[in-house]
Formats: sequence, structure tokens, C-alpha cells
Amino acid sequence: MKILVTAKRVTDPNAKIKLKSDKSGIQTDGLEYKPNPFCENAIEEALRLNETHGGEVVVVSIGPSDVQATIRTALAMGAHRGILVTGLDDHQMDSDLVARVFAELYKRERPDLFLLGKQAIDGDSNQVGQLLAEYLEIGQACFASKVEIHGSEAIVTREVDGGLEKIAVGMPAVITADLRLNEPRYASLPGIVKARKKSIDEIDIRSLGIDTHLKVETVAYEEPKTRGGGVTFVGGVDELVGKLKSEAKAI
Amino acid sequence: MGGILVVAEVRDGKLFSGTLSAVQFAQQVGQQTGAAFDIFVAGSNIGSIAEELSYYGAKKVLVEDNPVFAHYLAPGFAASVAAAAKQLGSSYVAGTATTFGKDLLPRVAVRLGAGMASEVTEIVGTRNGRLVFKRPMWAGNIVGHVVVNTDVVVVSVRGTDFDKAVKLANRSEVVPFTGGGANTRVQQRFISFEQTASERPDLTEAAVVVAGGRGLKDGPNFFKIMEPLADSLNAAIGASRAAVDAGFCPNDLQVGQTGKVVAPQLYVAVAISGAIQHLAGMKNSKTIVAINKDKEAPIFQIADYGLVGDAFKVVPELADAIKRARS
Ligand SMILES: Cc1cc2nc3c(=O)[nH]c(=O)nc-3n(C[C@H](O)[C@H](O)[C@H](O)COP(=O)(O)OP(=O)(O)OC[C@H]3O[C@@H](n4cnc5c(N)ncnc54)[C@H](O)[C@@H]3O)c2cc1C
Ligand SMILES: Nc1ncnc2c1ncn2[C@@H]1O[C@H](COP(=O)(O)O)[C@@H](O)[C@H]1O
Repeated sequence: MKILVTAKRVTDPNAKIKLKSDKSGIQTDGLEYKPNPFCENAIEEALRLNETHGGEVVVVSIGPSDVQATIRTALAMGAHRGILVTGLDDHQMDSDLVARVFAELYKRERPDLFLLGKQAIDGDSNQVGQLLAEYLEIGQACFASKVEIHGSEAIVTREVDGGLEKIAVGMPAVITADLRLNEPRYASLPGIVKARKKSIDEIDIRSLGIDTHLKVETVAYEEPKTRGGGVTFVGGVDELVGKLKSEAKAI
Repeated sequence: MGGILVVAEVRDGKLFSGTLSAVQFAQQVGQQTGAAFDIFVAGSNIGSIAEELSYYGAKKVLVEDNPVFAHYLAPGFAASVAAAAKQLGSSYVAGTATTFGKDLLPRVAVRLGAGMASEVTEIVGTRNGRLVFKRPMWAGNIVGHVVVNTDVVVVSVRGTDFDKAVKLANRSEVVPFTGGGANTRVQQRFISFEQTASERPDLTEAAVVVAGGRGLKDGPNFFKIMEPLADSLNAAIGASRAAVDAGFCPNDLQVGQTGKVVAPQLYVAVAISGAIQHLAGMKNSKTIVAINKDKEAPIFQIADYGLVGDAFKVVPELADAIKRARS
């Protein structure tokens, strides 16, 4: 079984993101970059499926050349090779362009499964997997918390509003990972050493013949309104109930 | 310019009320552009839902009633929604930013050659004749203003930021529709649904939400502490990701960046530290109470009222005190 899996580079998920003083974008000085947490789950799942079913795990990403490091992390976890599409900075991509680039890689690689994260924690769009599946006219199982392969189908448990849904999708299919899908492994030392020799193919976006005009553009940024007032510490339960009743009128 | 097509969400055989926030969004787009809106609904045996939807001022309610649509599956639904939008010549397609809308709407966008703005919270105005929308990014730490540059614009609407549309006296025309989605060739089928059983109000709709975190130790303790408190306030129960990951409670109680977004009148966070991803889902609540044994917990930075103490001791006391105060 051949699997394509994404490794997006994002800002540290636990950093408090602030705007530049001219509000043209986020402050990046001193910010660390990390793999998108949802991609880590997708990579882990790809590796587990590979351990059971054999085949190849190819890590794909789009971004500047230094995103090689993000792919290299996935290779150190055990993926076999990488493809990096370069020539686009984060602000030059929307989910639709990313999906069209992945559709092109799909056509070149013909995987059985395309695994992605359910969302990128910077843009929080939650679109690429679904867009990709429709461009390819294949099935999708998004927000996956469990994946099993039975013959030519993937049986996927999805985390949806109201509970857990189980569906079957014929392969090839797109699956997007939710955080409870698995616990991503750390790269081992031998893994890191081996990863140095694994290949990462760099492809310039211009060679793909894809229209890079954005369908969705972020034209301005602002910081959200902060809550006024600040916290009032109460001495006990009765004082709290009193304040909720008379001051906040919340009960 | 064409109108707006609202995609209704059917959940558990009923109209999901968040749909009415998408209708409100459509009405606001209408105020800006002068366009009218229609509603599309697909499902099996949904005559009464179509009837219900006909009282919100839509020009038409398109109904695709087919046993094949008894369970939602993205490829077929997307094909039918897109066919409806094409037939009506819609310039906008709007739906709920729930797991249903998030799963479905991007596929609709591809079929319409449209761009999609996710989780829109506000219409800011126009720029070169196009609407500008606000949407949260980076777990709500940043608000982006986005413009969609395509002829058709797809939007998922964040329910907590748009009031529900109000029921009217006049009835819209209800039209049966066949969009072809029932015959999709994409191989995908429904197997089962394990529903989270709850007698409580829906998390995203409740006026009061009480949420528990990892500090509650385990599943039995989580419910032992949270249920009486929820009962005393007729509240929905929510949870942090850590509580869900540790198996204390079902996944669909998770509040946050990757869970549900809530904005109740009152939110009580119990033994939750206040990570940015959690705040992303609840910081627009009107009044926030935090109960935590650690005075330095970041949750206190956004709380209105803070109670420093052991949840196992103070929460049962609080439930009793609220019951007394309300009786
Ligand atoms: C990509 C990504 C997405 C995420 N999405 C979400 C999300 O949607 N929602 C979410 O909630 N999290 C999310 N998280 C996780 C988030 O970062 C935190 O790990 C999580 O919110 C912590 O949960 P917690 O506050 O229950 O646990 P902890 O951080 O462990 O806090 C437990 C708190 O309980 C207090 N406590 C302990 N015992 C008691 C007691 N007896 N009485 C009173 N207080 C007590 C402690 O002082 C502490 O403050 C996400 C993380 C990532 C990386
Ligand atoms: N530039 C990128 N490189 C690699 N993967 C990406 C990129 N952008 C998005 N993705 C993948 O698409 C998923 C959804 O992204 P989004 O729709 O932007 O929230 C992410 O979790 C990643 O798996």
C-alpha cells in the first residue's frame, strides 16, 4: 500500500501569536516553527498502516526550502521519502491552492491513501482534505479517530458532533486525522541518522503548471477584543453565588 | 448577481438549530447586496423539516427527500448542493461551521469553482465590491479579514456569532428537487453511529455550560462532580481536550480550537488550566467562572470570577448553594 502524507510547517501551537505593529501580519521574530500537530497524527497513522500492510510512505509538503526540516522529522519517524513543493510562502497559499498542488502530486504518485491533518493550526481552515477529495472525485473520511483497512476499503471512525460515526470508503481515498487518532512517536536516534540519507525531492511550483492566484485572501488582520474587567477572586461559594446573582445576573 | 443558498443541517432526524444562524448570515448578506436567499435540505423523510424551514423568509426551500440521504455522506450531498446552487444561480452558499458543514462545504466549493471562507464570525463591509468577512485564525489569537475572489463564494458560519433567524408568518415555496447526488459513483457508505446519550441541552445551544478538565482525575469523578453542578444550572456539560483524551467523557463534549465553540451566558470551568486551544472555544462566553486549585492557572486571566480551591470540595458546595439560591 502506498500512502502520501502531509507535513505542514506551522508556528509553535502553544505560542501566543501577536500582530506586527503595522498589523500587516503576525510577529515572527523569535517564533519557533513546528510540524502541524494534526499532520503528526497523520504521519503516525501512515507509519502504522505501513507496518501492517507494507508499501511506501511518502511525505509531502508545500513551503519554502527550510520546510525540508519538517519533512526530515517525518523521515526520522520512519517515512521513506519526501517531496517538497517550493516557491510559495505561507501567505501565498490558500487551502484551495494547496489542494490543487496535492492533486497534482497524487496524479504523479498514485497512492492508495492520502492522509492529511484535519486542520492547520495557523489558518484553522479545515478544508484541504475535503477539497482534494473532490478534485480527485474520490471518497473522504475526515476527522478520523480510528482507521482500519479491509480489502479495498478503509473503515474509519469519525469524530462528529453528537458522537462517533463509522463509515467505509473505497480506496484510493482521502483521510484527515483528528488528534485522538493515535499518539505520534518520537524519532529515534537511529531513525534520525537514517533520515539523513533519505531523499527529499524538491519541485518548483512553477514547473507544475498550476494557477497560483488565490481564491481566498486575507486582506487585513486584527487582534481579538480582550475581555474587560479582569478577574474578581471570591472567598467562597456563597460569595460566588451572591455575585453571580446580583452582579452578573447569570443565575 | 445571484442569491444566497443556505444549506440546512439535519441532525438526528431534526432540523439542527444552528442552521438558523446561517439563515441570519444570509439575511445580513442580503442587506448588503440586496439579494434574496433560498434554502436547500437533503435527507430521508424530511417533509416536516422542509415545512419548518418554510417560515424563515426564503424565496424557495429546495427539498431532496431520498432514502439514500438517510445518512449524510459528503460526495452525494456535495453533488446535490452544488446542483441546487447552479440551478438557482446562487452567488453565495452558506452552511453551519459544524462537523457537517466543515466536511461538506469544501467539496461544494470545488464543484462550483468557488473559494471558501471557514468559520465566518462577522461581515465587515465591502472591498472592491466584494464582501469582507471576519474569521478567527491561530486558535482565535488573530482575527483575519478575508475576501473570496471567485464568482461564487462559499462560507461556513460560526453559530455563536450570529443570532438565530426569527420565524415569520409567511410561508416560502417548498420545491422538491433532485440534484443527482443520490447516484454518486464515489465509493463511500455509512456503517454506524454511536450517539452520545444525553438528556442535557446541546452544548452549542445551552445558556449555561459547565466544563471539567484533567484535574477531575477520572471518568467517574468527572461525572460525580460535574452532573450535580450541571443539574443545578440546567447546563450542558463540556470538557477540555485533556479530559476527553484521558477517556473521562465522550469526544463530542470537547470545547476549544478543535472541538466545539460555545458562547453561553455563563461558563464555569472546573479544573481546567486554560490553554489557548481551550480558550479559543469559550472566551466569548458572557460570564466566565473559573474554579482551580492553582491561583496562577491561566484560566483566571480571562475569568470574571475566580474561586481558588479543590474542585472535589467546592463544586458540590457550589451546586447546593445554587440550588438554594434558585429555589
Ligand atoms: C493542536 C491542538 C489542539 C488542541 N485543541 C484543544 C481543544 O479544542 N480544547 C482543549 O481543551 N484543549 C485543546 N488542546 C490541548 C490544550 O493544549 C491543553 O493540553 C488542554 O486544554 C489541557 O486540559 P486541562 O486544562 O484539562 O488539563 P491541564 O492543563 O492538565 O490542567 C488541569 C488543571 O486542573 C487543576 N486541578 C487539578 N486538580 C484540581 C482539583 N482537585 N481542584 C481544582 N483544580 C484542580 C490544575 O491546577 C490545572 O490547572 C489542543 C492542543 C493542541 C496541540
Ligand atoms: N503548506 C502545506 N503543506 C503541507 N500540508 C498542508 C499545507 N497546508 C495544509 N496542509 C494540510 O492540509 C490540512 C488542512 O489544512 P487547512 O485546510 O489549511 O486547515 C493540514 O492539516 C495539512 O495536513
